[in-house]
Amino acid sequence: MQRSRLAFWIFFGPVLMWLLLLIVLPHLDLLTMSFRGENDYGDAVWTMQNYTNFFMEPIYWLTFVRTALYAIITTFITFLLAMPVSFYIAKLARTKVQGALMILLLLPFWVSELVRIYGWMILLRESGVLNFFMLKLGIIDTPIEMLYNDATMIMGLVYTSMLFMVVPLVSVMESLDDSLIEAAHDLGAGRLTIWRTIILPHCKPGITSGSIVVFMLALGNYLTPNLMGGKNSLWFTEQIYNQFIASFNWNQGSAFGFLLLVLSSLIIWVGLKVTGQKLGEVAS
Amino acid sequence: MTNDLSVRNMVKRFGDFTAVDNVTFDVPKGSFFSILGPSGCGKTTLLRMIAGFEGPTSGEIDIRGKNMLDVPPNLRPVNLVFQHLALFPMMNVAENVAFGLKRRGVGGVEVKQKTEAILERVGLPGFGEKQINQLSGGQKQRVAIARCLVLEPSVLLLDEPLGALDLKLREQMKVELKKLQAKVGTTFIYITHDQSEALVMSDRVAVMNNGQFEQVGTPQELYGKPKTPFVAQFVGDNNKWSGVITQTKGDEVSITTDEGYVFHTKPHAPCPEGCRVNLFLRPEAMRIEPRNTEGLNVFKVTVKSILFDGANSRLLTVTKEDHELIVTLPQNRKFDYIQPGDKISVGWHPDSGICFEAEG
Repeated sequence: MQRSRLAFWIFFGPVLMWLLLLIVLPHLDLLTMSFRGENDYGDAVWTMQNYTNFFMEPIYWLTFVRTALYAIITTFITFLLAMPVSFYIAKLARTKVQGALMILLLLPFWVSELVRIYGWMILLRESGVLNFFMLKLGIIDTPIEMLYNDATMIMGLVYTSMLFMVVPLVSVMESLDDSLIEAAHDLGAGRLTIWRTIILPHCKPGITSGSIVVFMLALGNYLTPNLMGGKNSLWFTEQIYNQFIASFNWNQGSAFGFLLLVLSSLIIWVGLKVTGQKLGEVAS
Repeated sequence: MTNDLSVRNMVKRFGDFTAVDNVTFDVPKGSFFSILGPSGCGKTTLLRMIAGFEGPTSGEIDIRGKNMLDVPPNLRPVNLVFQHLALFPMMNVAENVAFGLKRRGVGGVEVKQKTEAILERVGLPGFGEKQINQLSGGQKQRVAIARCLVLEPSVLLLDEPLGALDLKLREQMKVELKKLQAKVGTTFIYITHDQSEALVMSDRVAVMNNGQFEQVGTPQELYGKPKTPFVAQFVGDNNKWSGVITQTKGDEVSITTDEGYVFHTKPHAPCPEGCRVNLFLRPEAMRIEPRNTEGLNVFKVTVKSILFDGANSRLLTVTKEDHELIVTLPQNRKFDYIQPGDKISVGWHPDSGICFEAEG
C-alpha cells in the first residue's frame, strides 16, 4: 500500500508540476494582472478598466466578432471538405491506400506552420508561381495579387485545420457498419437521405470534437491571419500581441487573453447546447 | 400460379472466380424458398444481386414479371433482412420501422398506424418508443423483419438472420418465422447454411454448391431422393461406403464394398457392372438387431460409444474393418441394454440406400 502510493506520486508528480508551474501559475498571474491598472496619479490599483475597454472600444470587440465569425466559417468549410475526404478514406479506399492517404494528410505537418504558410505565399503572391504560369499561358495579362485578402486567409486556415477534422471523422466513420448504409438504401433511401439520416447522425461525436478543435485552433491562430491576411485583416490574437509587445500594456493584453478564453468557451457551450450534445459524450 | 421472382441464367464473376454460375429458378407467389449451401458457395452473392447491391455479369432477374436489372436497390420491390440485422442505432424502434415509409412520402398519421400495426403483427405491440439496444436478440430480429414487411415488398430476402442467435432462440424463431410467413403471405427467400432451418421452414429448397444449384425441391425430396452425392451428404447425416457393382438384376444391383460386404440396393441412375459407386446410408435407415432379416442387408458392428442427444440419440459403431457408421438409437427403451463394446447386428432395406456413380 505504502509503496504503490509512492509510485503514484513518482508518476503523477511531474504531471502535476507541469500543470501547476507552466499552466496554472502563469494563468493566475495573468488573471491578477488583468485586474490591475494605474489611476490618474500613476499608482497601481485594482480596476475593471481593462475589461471595460474591450466593450467600450468598438475596434476591440468588433475584431473579436470578426475573428469568431471567420473561425466559425473556417470550421464549417473545413467540415464540408473533410466529410467526403474522410468518407473516402474510411469507407471507399482499400486498406493499403487508406494508410497512404492518411500519411499524405499528415505529411504537411512534419514542417512548421511558418514554412507551410511561406510555401503558400510563394505560390500565390504577385510574382509567384501561379501568376507566372497564368501569364505564360495567356490566361491573364497582368499579375493578380492573390494574397492579403480574407478569402486567402480563410483558405489558409482551412488548409491548416483539415487534419484535425479528418482524423476524428475517419475514426467515427470506420465504426459505421456498411450494412447500415445498404439497409437504408434497400429501404428506399437515396444518397442524400442516407447522408442525412444515417451517416451524419452516426458521425455526430466526431463532427463535434473535430469542430471544437478546428474552431479553437482557428480562433487562436496567429501566423496564418497575420501573414496571409495582410494589414487590413485584424485577428484578435494580433490585438493581444500588440498589447503585450507593441504597446507594452501587459494588463490590457492579459485581459484580452482571458476574454478570448471565456468568449470562445461560451461559443462552444452555445454550439453544444444548440446541437443538443454534452461535452462528456463527445470526449469519450 | 404466378412467379414473384424468376432468375434466368444468372452468372457473377469476380475476376477469375465464378461466384454464381448459371443459376436459373422461379419462386411462386407466397412461398417460402430457401437457398441452402456451405459458406462461400455464392448464396450471399446471389441474394445481393436480387436485392440490387451487385450487378450480375450476365443473366436476368424478373420480379413480378418486371425486369429488375437496371433498377437500383432503393427502387426495387424487394427488401433484405441483413445477417446482422443492420437496425439503425440512432433511431428508436418506431423510427426504424417507419424509415422506409417516410422515404416513400407516406403521411405522418398513416406511418404511425402502419408502424403500430406491423409491430403488433410481429408480436411487439407498444415497443415503438424503445431504443434498439434495449431489445433482446429475438426482438431485434422481429424489428428487422417488421421494418421490411411494413413496406409490403413483393419478395422478402433473408440473409441468415438467425445465425447470431443462441440455439434455443433459433429453434423458436424458426417456427415463428414460418408462422409469420404463412400469416402475411409474402414470398420469403431465405438463405442459410443450416440444413435444419431450411428443411423446417421452406416450401422448396435449393441446394447450392460452387455457385451452382445442385438440386431444387421440397425438403422431403432433398432428404429422401437426393439427386447428387453433394446433396446426399449436405442434407442430413449420411454414412458413406465405396464399392463396385458386381451384379445387376432388373433395377436392383449388388455392390461389393471395399471392405468386402455385399449389399443389395437400387441405384439412383443405371450403372453398368464393374462401375465404382458411392453408397449413402441414413443413420435412421439402419435397424438395430432386426427381428425379420429377410430381404435386408445385415452385418455386424461393434458399438464404440453412445452419442446420447434425447430423441436424436445415435450409436457410433465400427465394423471389424474399422469403417465408422452412425446408427440412430430409438429412445423407446428397447435398446437400453446396449453398452459400448457390445457387438450388435444392423440391417437396412435395399430401398433406403442411396447409390451414386463415383466421380473421376
